[in-house]
Amino acid sequence: MSAKTDRLPSASGKRRGSSDGSATLLAHGEPMVWLTGGGLALAVVMIVGLLGLVVYQGIFTFLPVPVVRSELHDGRVHMGEVTRRESYRPAASVIDSMPEAIQERARAEVAATDGWAKRRLVRTGNFELSGEHFDWVSDYEVARDRFPEWALVIERVTWGRFYGEPVAFEIEHRLEKATSAEAQAFAGLLHPAAGRELRFRVGGVLLAPEAVDQAAQVDACIEIWRDPADVWRQFGKYHGDVRKRLERRQRLEKHDTGKVSHRSEAARLELREAEIAAEKAGQRHGPDSPRTAEARRRLEEQRVAQAAVDAEGLGEFQRIRGEIQALNQENARYRMVMKTTSTAETPVSLSDIVRAYPANQLSLGDKIGIYFSRWGEFLADDPREANMEGGVWPAIFGTVVMTLIMSMLVVPFGVLAALYLREYAKAGPMISAVRIAINNLAGVPSIVFGVFGLGFFCYLVGGSIDQLFFEAKLPSPTYGTGGIMWASFTLALLTLPVVIVATEEALSAVPSSMREGSYACGASKWQTIKRIVLPRAMPGIMTGMILAMARGAGEVAPLMLVGAVKLAPELPIDSVFPFLHPERSFMHLGFHIFDLGFQSQNSEAAKPMVFTTTLLLILIVAGLNLFAVMIRNRLRKRFQSSAF
Amino acid sequence: MMTTQTGSLEKPVDVASPAATGSRLQAIARGEAFSPAIHAELEREQSVLDVDDFNLWYGAAQALHNINMKVPAGKVTSMIGPSGCGKSTLLRSVNRLNDLIDCVRVKGDMRINGQTIYHKSVDVIELRKRMGMVFQKSNPFPMSIYENVVYPLRIDGERNKAVLDEVCERSLRGAALWNEVKDRLQESALGMSGGQQQRLCIARAISAEPEVLLMDEPCSALDPIATNHIEDLIHELKGEYTILIVTHNMQQAARVSDYTAFMYLGRLIEYGPTATLFQKPILRETLDYVTGRFG
Repeated sequence: MSAKTDRLPSASGKRRGSSDGSATLLAHGEPMVWLTGGGLALAVVMIVGLLGLVVYQGIFTFLPVPVVRSELHDGRVHMGEVTRRESYRPAASVIDSMPEAIQERARAEVAATDGWAKRRLVRTGNFELSGEHFDWVSDYEVARDRFPEWALVIERVTWGRFYGEPVAFEIEHRLEKATSAEAQAFAGLLHPAAGRELRFRVGGVLLAPEAVDQAAQVDACIEIWRDPADVWRQFGKYHGDVRKRLERRQRLEKHDTGKVSHRSEAARLELREAEIAAEKAGQRHGPDSPRTAEARRRLEEQRVAQAAVDAEGLGEFQRIRGEIQALNQENARYRMVMKTTSTAETPVSLSDIVRAYPANQLSLGDKIGIYFSRWGEFLADDPREANMEGGVWPAIFGTVVMTLIMSMLVVPFGVLAALYLREYAKAGPMISAVRIAINNLAGVPSIVFGVFGLGFFCYLVGGSIDQLFFEAKLPSPTYGTGGIMWASFTLALLTLPVVIVATEEALSAVPSSMREGSYACGASKWQTIKRIVLPRAMPGIMTGMILAMARGAGEVAPLMLVGAVKLAPELPIDSVFPFLHPERSFMHLGFHIFDLGFQSQNSEAAKPMVFTTTLLLILIVAGLNLFAVMIRNRLRKRFQSSAF
Repeated sequence: MMTTQTGSLEKPVDVASPAATGSRLQAIARGEAFSPAIHAELEREQSVLDVDDFNLWYGAAQALHNINMKVPAGKVTSMIGPSGCGKSTLLRSVNRLNDLIDCVRVKGDMRINGQTIYHKSVDVIELRKRMGMVFQKSNPFPMSIYENVVYPLRIDGERNKAVLDEVCERSLRGAALWNEVKDRLQESALGMSGGQQQRLCIARAISAEPEVLLMDEPCSALDPIATNHIEDLIHELKGEYTILIVTHNMQQAARVSDYTAFMYLGRLIEYGPTATLFQKPILRETLDYVTGRFG
């Protein structure tokens, strides 16, 4: 290489290298253009590829697909959504194990495609019936594919999806051991409806009203629709109300019950505090001193108060339980009876159904509606079914709150440190060592920060706080365990080098002419920093913050140690005093991805959710960054000079 | 008429001989002591700033050698000389801006209205408030025009809007900028033209009523029209303020200043009324420099 460069046109004026093609090429720098451009292209391809994969997989997760009913040669039937197709080489033994009658054809089919066969992964659902969520079906096994008109996809609160065809919709009216005449009278009062049959339940058997014996005691009057179209119409009519009752029940369970238990917990803590105080007074002042007596008297008062709160709480609790029970009973009246591939008929309670749709007769508008309704659920709801279904709202909230707290912590600290390093410290080996240490801090594995955060923040600092302020709650920790505050502190530590380095760069980029101008006006060092240097360096500091946010929001490993959990029952900010609960553990999208992808029972179902959650995390990080970039650009505009 | 500072002349000055010129410059380059030619007119002026035996080193390199000069009150004094002669260093020594450079060391003293500048007891910040400074490249702060002008008052803690408004208008009028910017005082100063920015810096420098106005090549980054503006402004400010200006441009020194100091290699060579210095200087070297024969 150097030999060639030596032959570049020399100063002597004699162009020795002009006949050598490669030398001219090097001289013009053409290869370097290709090399650098190629490097950039490679980087772009990798980034676009990764983003493309995530976006492609994430975007189509929620799109409804048709339900296929595949009848196999061996008589088995699969019904469900096809999630994936692939080619594979079936082993000979697989085909040998098939029934004789169809072996021949399967073998011929596979041989025709050079030993390759296609298979599809069918999401068959109905886990409680079949014990499987998914089934592989090879094309050579399939005798016939059908798309049943009324195949319903039902997303349930528990047990995952359900696929089946509706055979009946039932509304039960409970009658307390009514006579046949009373039941007839009741039935007469019901609204007449098209396609409806009436049945009376007598001792667990359904009978037509005419067939009921005069002396029989009727337990219930049941309205039944049997035509699939009618069933679907009735479902649409009642499902909304059932969902509303369900939401009300959830609110009662979570909010109202929570309030009651919060009150009784507070009373219990006060009692415990009084106990501790009485104990301490006894130790310090002797058992007979007036102070001990006073403490004991207070303890007795607390006991009485706590008993009152408990009694009141119990009453309130029972009232809530009663209301919940009434709601459950009302919801249990509505059910859909479904025909599946494995059983004749299975009842599905409407209260179990989150969403249902006839997959094979959706118009484009319906599909889009379901798609966005699923996104809405994903963004706004709590997770269910071990995080595999439902939404990720707590994780979104936790991620954003943690990132914001982290930024609020790391930026002031980083800026102060960088100010000292750049403005006040005298250059020397000490400062160089500090700088090197800060840069190396950026290379420490993040899990190490997690371990440090757990040991220092959670156990040492948090433990001390518990000892001092939350003694009554011990041995259960308050601050002495992972929580959103400690997670933010840990990540702040992790991202500190980024902010310090970026701020130092920004400070050194402030023209010295501006500082001199300020000094010449008689400004002190701090006045110059505050009024000239910092505002001018603000865009650069914002850049540091943006980098820190991107790094912090995407970090998972340390969070697993200092407070991110699989399922957090409560958000770190809510309506219970004092509204901000920095000690609470929280959910985080990054951790959620890890949990879905590697800890879930049903990995096939979780996979699309992994992509969707990843897409969401990327969008949130991009959104936070965009917000910061917009602020930075506004700041920059202020400092841009139009004159030179 | 042609006199030298009493008792400071070590060698007789030879005006006529060109050979002497060369040898004198060579002697300076060798580091030999040199006594400047100071014109007698300066004796009669009342001085605002006195430089007494001032020496300055950047690390081991001496940048200023035994400077003695008086800056007359209410007059414009310019400093000329080839690049690296120390004129900017001398100017920046007046408000101790060189303190910001770590390796700078000084010997000797300066006095402003009789009060010492280089002494441990001097509060540098208070000292700088008594002087205004305009830099080679305009350096408006990243804030509004208004805030730029009242910056020296702001850092003094002045909050009274009436006072600030009054100072702002007076300074901008003083800098002949008021009519151009009075309608956009709250806009960013960075949106102004280069010449306007420099006049804004002058307005800022005079807003605290300085005893001396220091100008470090204020026009070197400006086009001829903007330069004209600034020169007119210097004429208007004369009398009200004492101005010490460093310039690279000898025509400019001739146009704007009452007195001119010629410096070379960290020494004051000749100092006198501008007209005399440019037409009939005492020293041959000065004549050579102002006529462009060297430098």
